[in-house]
Amino acid sequence: MDDLTTLNQPREERVSPVKKFFTGIGDSIFFSARFFKEVWLPPYQVREFIRQCYEMGYRSVPLVGITGFIIGLVLTIQSRPSLVQFGAESLLPGMISNSLIKEIGPVITALICAGKIGSAIGAELGSMKVTEQIEAMEVTAINPYKYLVVTRVLATTLMVPLLIIFTDTIGLLGSYAAMNIHSDIGLTRFFSVALIHLDFSDIFPAFIKTFFFGFVIGMIGCYKGWNATGGTESVGKAANSAVVTASLAVFILDMIAVQITDLL
Amino acid sequence: MNTIMTEEPEIREESELAVEPLLRVETPVVEIKGLCKSFANRAVLKGVNLTVDKGENVVVLGKSGSGKSVLIKCVVGLMDPDQGEIQVFGNDISTLGYKKLNEIRMRVGFLFQSAALYDSMTVRENLYFPLKQHDRRLSPEDAEKSIEEILENVGLSEAIDKMPSELSGGMSKRIGLARTMILKPDIMLYDEPTTGLDTVTAREISELIVCMQKKNKISSIIITHDLACAKITADRIVMLKDGVIGAEGTYKELSDSDDAWVKSFFR
Repeated sequence: MDDLTTLNQPREERVSPVKKFFTGIGDSIFFSARFFKEVWLPPYQVREFIRQCYEMGYRSVPLVGITGFIIGLVLTIQSRPSLVQFGAESLLPGMISNSLIKEIGPVITALICAGKIGSAIGAELGSMKVTEQIEAMEVTAINPYKYLVVTRVLATTLMVPLLIIFTDTIGLLGSYAAMNIHSDIGLTRFFSVALIHLDFSDIFPAFIKTFFFGFVIGMIGCYKGWNATGGTESVGKAANSAVVTASLAVFILDMIAVQITDLL
Repeated sequence: MNTIMTEEPEIREESELAVEPLLRVETPVVEIKGLCKSFANRAVLKGVNLTVDKGENVVVLGKSGSGKSVLIKCVVGLMDPDQGEIQVFGNDISTLGYKKLNEIRMRVGFLFQSAALYDSMTVRENLYFPLKQHDRRLSPEDAEKSIEEILENVGLSEAIDKMPSELSGGMSKRIGLARTMILKPDIMLYDEPTTGLDTVTAREISELIVCMQKKNKISSIIITHDLACAKITADRIVMLKDGVIGAEGTYKELSDSDDAWVKSFFR
């Protein structure tokens, strides 16, 4: 490995940034396209997929839960004075549910997942790459892409939407708690007022985009880790780059989703 | 060189032959002809020719950066050669599809310089993982039996529940060797098996390599610059110089050589 690492370095130094950028885009497209081929082919790594769902989903519940509660609480406290001025306090639950479910909940949760899950995947795969663990799988005739990448991307694609639903629910509970600081409103009443302002065309696009958020977070984390080169420094770089790129990708996807929803 | 073996070819499990059957030429087990490999216009291997016979231990010596690791990575298909041919069990590695290449890889073990143990798994899981991946119907009892047996062979039965981070360098190498040997390969490729170990542990690893080779009648290519390891393990030594085989012979022949370059290694 030392030989190869040393030998590869001059080549990387000579590549121009423009060429590197376009090569990177091409590589990432091939890397992602491979997922759609491998995901259907046996053997299916069900046990590893479940383990990843547990690691990424269940273990993120406290973090996104606390965040969701605080978002709902703060959003309600800050929005209330403006609505009270116009005598529209009764619209507060509807406004909170709209902004939380359609935009803030999905984007904030996706950003948290990009930070927590994306960096974890990038660091884990990066570490496996530089310590030759991925090559060790390859030489024992185990498909490392299927075992490491497919399972993780599937897990994030499934878990991020569930975490977002959870965040939205807890966020509404936070909002309910904030409402009760100044007024007295029952939980059932709060939820019925909050949800009456939402219809299927609001919820469905917001829900669909969360799968794309989950997919890009997993895929970018895997891609950055898989392509880590050199020593332990590159593990940190892979994790950092995974977070930055995945966060940016979430915003870009959100912008595209909003435009598409607007057109429909 | 391409002599057909006189003995019966080993009979493999039917599941391993699910794809089109591979050629079963066994002698020589590895044959490299004119292997060339470059990185960034720097030629590392410039036409290496090497043959490894069944049951033979071949040590590859050479300076750092001379392409020793690249050579064995080409043999197992981790790197594609720029030119030349690599025959493993009579099959040209560079022309094989993924499934057929994996069939070959099932018969080739590779011990990495760092041992490359899966650090999120215990020793037991490290050994269980390749077993289970290749035989989904394997019962936990049979797997446990194989794991205990191989750990006993490498003298580390007590380490079964340890994490890789709890193992010393020598122990990691032994477990790495066990993980490879548990699949019962016909060829072993060792990438600097004694690097970073103290003299005593390095000697133990070298002796273990010979012991496992004799016990399982496997062929080996051992990449090293540790002369003590070469002395213990080598049936034959080849020395890489400027991307080609610069010298070849037994340990005694090379250590007695008058060639200044060869002497510089054996000083």
